[in-house]
Amino acid sequence: MRKLLFGMTLVVAVAALCLSPLSAPAQAKTLKWAFQGDLMSLDPHSLNETFLIGFLGNVYEGLVRRGPNLEIEPALAERWEIKEPTRWRFYLRKGVKFHNGNPFTADDVIFSYHRAMSEGSDFKTRVSTVKEMKKIDDYTVDVITKAPNPILISEWASWFIMDKEWCEKHGATESANVKSGKENYATRHENGTGAFIVTERQKDVKTVLEPYKGWWDKPKHNLTRVIFTPISSDATRVAALLSGEVDMMYPVPVQDIKRIDKHAGTSVLVGPELRTIFLGMNQTYDELPCSDIKGKNPLKDVRVRKAIYQAIDIQAIKKKIMRGLSEPSALMISPKLFPSYAKDFKRYPYDPAASKKLLAEAGYPNGFTMCMDAPNNRYVNDEQIAQAVVSMLAKVGIKVNLKAQPKAQYFKKVLSYDTEFYLLGWTPSSFDSWNVLYNLIDTRDPKTGRGKFNLGGYSNPKIDALTDKILSETDIAKRNLMIKEAYELLNKDVGYIPLHQQSLAWGKKDNVDLVQRADNVFMLYFVNIK
Amino acid sequence: MPAFIIRRLAQSVFVMLVVAMVAFLMFNYVGDPVHQMVGIETSMQEREALREALGLNDPPLVQFARFVGHAVQGKFGLSYQYKRPVAELFEERLPATLELSLVAALFSLVIGIPMGVYTGLHRSGFLSRVFMTFSLIGISLPTFLIGILLIFVFAVILGWLPSYGRGEVVAIGGWTTGLLTVSGLKALIMPAITLGMFQLTLIMRLIRSEMLEVLRTDYIKFARARGLTDRAINFGHALKNTLVPVITITGLQIGSIIAFAIITETVFQWPGMGLLFLQAIHNVDIPIMSAYLILVAFFFVVINLIVDILYYVVDPRLRVDIGKAGGHG
Repeated sequence: MRKLLFGMTLVVAVAALCLSPLSAPAQAKTLKWAFQGDLMSLDPHSLNETFLIGFLGNVYEGLVRRGPNLEIEPALAERWEIKEPTRWRFYLRKGVKFHNGNPFTADDVIFSYHRAMSEGSDFKTRVSTVKEMKKIDDYTVDVITKAPNPILISEWASWFIMDKEWCEKHGATESANVKSGKENYATRHENGTGAFIVTERQKDVKTVLEPYKGWWDKPKHNLTRVIFTPISSDATRVAALLSGEVDMMYPVPVQDIKRIDKHAGTSVLVGPELRTIFLGMNQTYDELPCSDIKGKNPLKDVRVRKAIYQAIDIQAIKKKIMRGLSEPSALMISPKLFPSYAKDFKRYPYDPAASKKLLAEAGYPNGFTMCMDAPNNRYVNDEQIAQAVVSMLAKVGIKVNLKAQPKAQYFKKVLSYDTEFYLLGWTPSSFDSWNVLYNLIDTRDPKTGRGKFNLGGYSNPKIDALTDKILSETDIAKRNLMIKEAYELLNKDVGYIPLHQQSLAWGKKDNVDLVQRADNVFMLYFVNIK
Repeated sequence: MPAFIIRRLAQSVFVMLVVAMVAFLMFNYVGDPVHQMVGIETSMQEREALREALGLNDPPLVQFARFVGHAVQGKFGLSYQYKRPVAELFEERLPATLELSLVAALFSLVIGIPMGVYTGLHRSGFLSRVFMTFSLIGISLPTFLIGILLIFVFAVILGWLPSYGRGEVVAIGGWTTGLLTVSGLKALIMPAITLGMFQLTLIMRLIRSEMLEVLRTDYIKFARARGLTDRAINFGHALKNTLVPVITITGLQIGSIIAFAIITETVFQWPGMGLLFLQAIHNVDIPIMSAYLILVAFFFVVINLIVDILYYVVDPRLRVDIGKAGGHG
């Protein structure tokens, strides 16, 4: 017995020895930060995912880039001009070198265009309006588009330029392709022109970056080393910030914001995100399979759609579910991305009485039943929002059966247009309304891909016609008026029910100075550690 | 004995085939990997082409046959998400999971057995009651909760231990170990306790009840009558006779420790196979999911085999039985 006790004491003693306080605080200029997932790849053309592309924006660069307020700035292209409506001339920056020392030239731009168009690439849509790229000289490239496209460069801040010679040397001239069954060199190695170099990478453990001394731009940051770690568990990520093991992390779970703010030395930075969360309604079926109304589809009636709209108490969703962290929206695009006229749009007021009246007028005085689809791990509190909508609709007599599923199953269902009523979010990658109109609002056309995310099949030929004009209109004032008209038509039809823009929440130590961009991208070259 | 092992191995292959088959049937319900592989703007035609190229439109049985065909050659394909060979991804993560699992198992044995013996011998002692209460907590609290509690106490409040990761690791050949660095050892403490807690309490309670049983038997009384020391009786005779069920349980539990390291690995961002698997489920990364399930089935089978062999070492009666009964288990 004595031996046993002795043994246990020994165990405790050894444990205590190991438990000496964590080693000294991190060096002044090292930034440690965490996100909920890891980088899928280092290949800048492999996956169009906000986090991946945002991260790689520290390593690779495009011809243009986005500033703190998402304004377009010159990057690898010093300037550009529109020679003809379909011909853009780009003057490339001279003296830029890739991380391996190779010079950056026009050949790299043209190569990156072809690579982005290769089979395994997920960036074909970025450059698909380009008909041809012509090299004029080593530092001048002409881009010929299929049709006039005033927003050509708006998506190019995330179309990254790779080194032709390096890719050819390592057999990475096409983007990684699962079908080939072979690994691509660029999946695990980088050679960009950006402000930071990846010096070490262990999947799911850490990715270490160091500033690129030969960067063409003047660094605004004071970092000497950056260590990125994925931490998937929300509670652990919060703990890592509170215990000081990381200097910055995101996303912060809504319920932990107060806690981090109260803790000495840490705080949460909150700002509106660009993504719009909205509800879509099936307007193509002749009968809703889930509904007790047979022989017709109530959602085809604009009065019913408006009744649903007015039955939703958006302020209650903001207050109770989003804890104040959402901005109710009357538009299918963030007001930040349509500043000219966003203020002119108002939501239909929350009014259950009006809603009931509309239902009675449409011939459903006792309401009806239908099914709803929502993801439960895609957007902030997505399932809770859908549940709230269900209970609000129940008050006006519409009985909704909610099916909330993980995104993998959810997208499988709704992207095959098998849904009656659904919750979805959308951020236009070009930060421009044309993308929203073309993908979400225009009449579905399987041949051209137009309206492919118009999952409910809303259709208004007038909007379709406007979308075409908007694409090629080069007069910005005229263009904005047309966009405004399209959104007005949509709201009159209640083609969709916009809900809100959710908020971004980043947690950081007080001594970290950074820029929170509304596209939820963390650019390291804005970071300063005091 | 060799015949027995060969028979067992043949059974194992069958078990693994069944696991693979069940897994493949399940994959029909986990969602569509293609939507997770491409950005939202990819056209439906491109999605369909990708689905076709990956063979996802084939009936499950055809996909299954193709998978088995490749698996027996050791080919598990490229991960849909990471676009890297699955086998390589597992090789990288296997050391982390095995190290954590073995340390957790060791922890549960080293602490659990003495506690069990003690509570068995001193049934109503104060310390025994403390142990029993403690074991109730261990058995009833879910793993992730224990993990999060530990993190908040030892990482956030006290700041003694890291809340995530594996610390610095040393590579020895293809194996990475955190056992040789201070930060690696520190990082191991909380995950190992979290993972081993349930096993610890299980083993403690098992030993206790077995001890109570054995201490009542005649041969213990005889041993006492012969005037043997307490130590010889308690450890030489009593404890040894409690070991057969303990070995069974421990063996099975090591299997589950490896399999259920998923939760602990997620809480502590431990870069093991479980974390990889959980993320694969999220993204419907079928090559990783199928390889993981096969691998875990393989571990279970191997561990069971070892357990069976250990029986013979511990219990002489079985060595006689095998000849007559012609098989075991």
